[in-house]
Amino acid sequence: MAFSARSDDQIREAQPVMIWIEDLHKWYGEFHVLKAIHLTIHKGERVVICGPSGSGKSTLIRCINRLERHQRGKIVVDGIELTDDIKNIEKIRAEVGMVFQHFNLFPHLTILENLTLGPIWVRKMPRREAEDMAMAFLEKVHIADQARKFPGQLSGGQQQRVAIARSLCMKPSVMLFDEPTSALDPEMVKEVLDVMIELAEEGMTMIVVSHEMGFARSVAHRVLFMDAGQILEANTPDDFFTNPQHERTKLFLSQILH
Amino acid sequence: MTVYYENVSDIRPPVTSTGVIGWMRENLFNGVFNTILTFLCLALFVKIVPPLFRWVFIDSLWVSTSAECRNIQGACWSIITANYRFILFGFYPYELQWRPTIAVVLLVGLLLISRNRRFWKKPLLYAWIVGLFTMEILMQGGWGLRRVESDQWGGLPLTFLLAVFGLAAAYPLGVVLALGRRSKLAVIRVLSIVYIETVRGVPLVSLLFMSAVVFPLFLPEGVTINKILRAQAAIILFTAAYIAEVVRGGLQGIPKGQYEAAESLGLNYVQTMRLVVLPQALKIVIPPSVSVLISAFKDTSLVVIIALYDLLKTTQATLSNPNWMGFSSEAYFFLACIYFICCYTMARYSRRLEKELGAPQ
Repeated sequence: MAFSARSDDQIREAQPVMIWIEDLHKWYGEFHVLKAIHLTIHKGERVVICGPSGSGKSTLIRCINRLERHQRGKIVVDGIELTDDIKNIEKIRAEVGMVFQHFNLFPHLTILENLTLGPIWVRKMPRREAEDMAMAFLEKVHIADQARKFPGQLSGGQQQRVAIARSLCMKPSVMLFDEPTSALDPEMVKEVLDVMIELAEEGMTMIVVSHEMGFARSVAHRVLFMDAGQILEANTPDDFFTNPQHERTKLFLSQILH
Repeated sequence: MTVYYENVSDIRPPVTSTGVIGWMRENLFNGVFNTILTFLCLALFVKIVPPLFRWVFIDSLWVSTSAECRNIQGACWSIITANYRFILFGFYPYELQWRPTIAVVLLVGLLLISRNRRFWKKPLLYAWIVGLFTMEILMQGGWGLRRVESDQWGGLPLTFLLAVFGLAAAYPLGVVLALGRRSKLAVIRVLSIVYIETVRGVPLVSLLFMSAVVFPLFLPEGVTINKILRAQAAIILFTAAYIAEVVRGGLQGIPKGQYEAAESLGLNYVQTMRLVVLPQALKIVIPPSVSVLISAFKDTSLVVIIALYDLLKTTQATLSNPNWMGFSSEAYFFLACIYFICCYTMARYSRRLEKELGAPQ
């Protein structure tokens, strides 16, 4: 696949490789979900993956932290290869932050406890220190005043911001977003995207499965288009939106950009 | 379209839908059928309650000899007042019965304190350890107290012993079995399924018989294991299988996203279960687990069939005394009251726990 070479691309490619995927295949039973995926993502790079539903885009990013097991190929995250070794998997999961479509906050814990769970139990951080850090991240997602509440008392947008803060508390080197705004009421999409944009500005490596084309256009370095388990097109946002190469991409764009 | 605005904040609900009259109309007399039912129930009530009241309180004797009881219409509560020490303590030496009394008071006290979740801290754990040790000394003797062999134990202490330890041990075992049944490792899963289905497939009575009769045959000559302990084990193993199925239901009610969120934070299996899944799953299954625990509590009375003198057996033994034969209604009524108090307390507590643990939505 040829990417257009721009000067900031070259700078970025000088960065160390964060995620390296080679010849990745996955099947659900007989169904071939991911077909020969090759993808290299450098530190600080922001990638938006779009494509029709069932194209395998969620499955792809779920393979990166082993929520799905791949059957063929190789995934290396921050220098650690994903194997069946559970210790390895846990190590990678602690490095990779994940934000889900349905937030998946722990409803029996307060917001603060949701945030400190990982640092205390996985990072073995003292409680006081973990709470201070959690409060700092809640500040950052503009929700510190809700720390003592339970997830069920928050709006969808607030919950998703908490979920982002929860991932950040693990100090991840990559953040994966699996359709983070698709389950939100329209008026809450912006508050979540704003937090993601702030995160992007700080140089976080991000892979975002999303149909928020405005977000892709302003934040992504690369936009990938997936269909039927393959990456059909990968390009800079400008080229992707103004000059799509593939027929399937053109059709998809015409359908979502009314 | 026209929109009318008026000040609606001070309009009161119609009188007929609130207050006593409103409630009665709503609940007792809404429709012909319900009205008839209400009057039928009222008639039944009038027919049953006054005679029962007479039997229990007016025509009854509370402290008397059995001979006096033969001449009255009402209840003979004297069977209880005359025999309560045997019913409550069985063959435990009469002059030493202060010891099981203290043990039971201690146990009930600890249970009552443990109801309050604010006390669920280290000191309570120590209190339990000290308490259990004291109870054992009190029941069994030693440390200067006369020794009382466990085959002399009976009545209320025995029932409580079987129930409290049976339930306390069965619950965690059941949780482990439930997790085992959902394990990804085939061996653990199959073993759990075989265990659960086997135990659920046989009556408790047969397990008790096996513990009393069959199990000792497998032991080498000269080795004996206390009969109470064996019955206790049978109750634990039996109850655990039922708890396991209830807990499995709870585990299935936890969305997959919860596991995924926990795992993607890097939590391992044990942490995921202990910190995220089980707290939610066990809360969902409080009502059915308490049902299992209540029925297990009542099932401890089945140990009569292997001749352990629990509360039911001591009551039956009292009734077989020629002096007090024929007063079984009163004796069983008393027994039922004890069981009811315990079970109702459990049920009440489970409702309270549910409310306390419910995260605000």
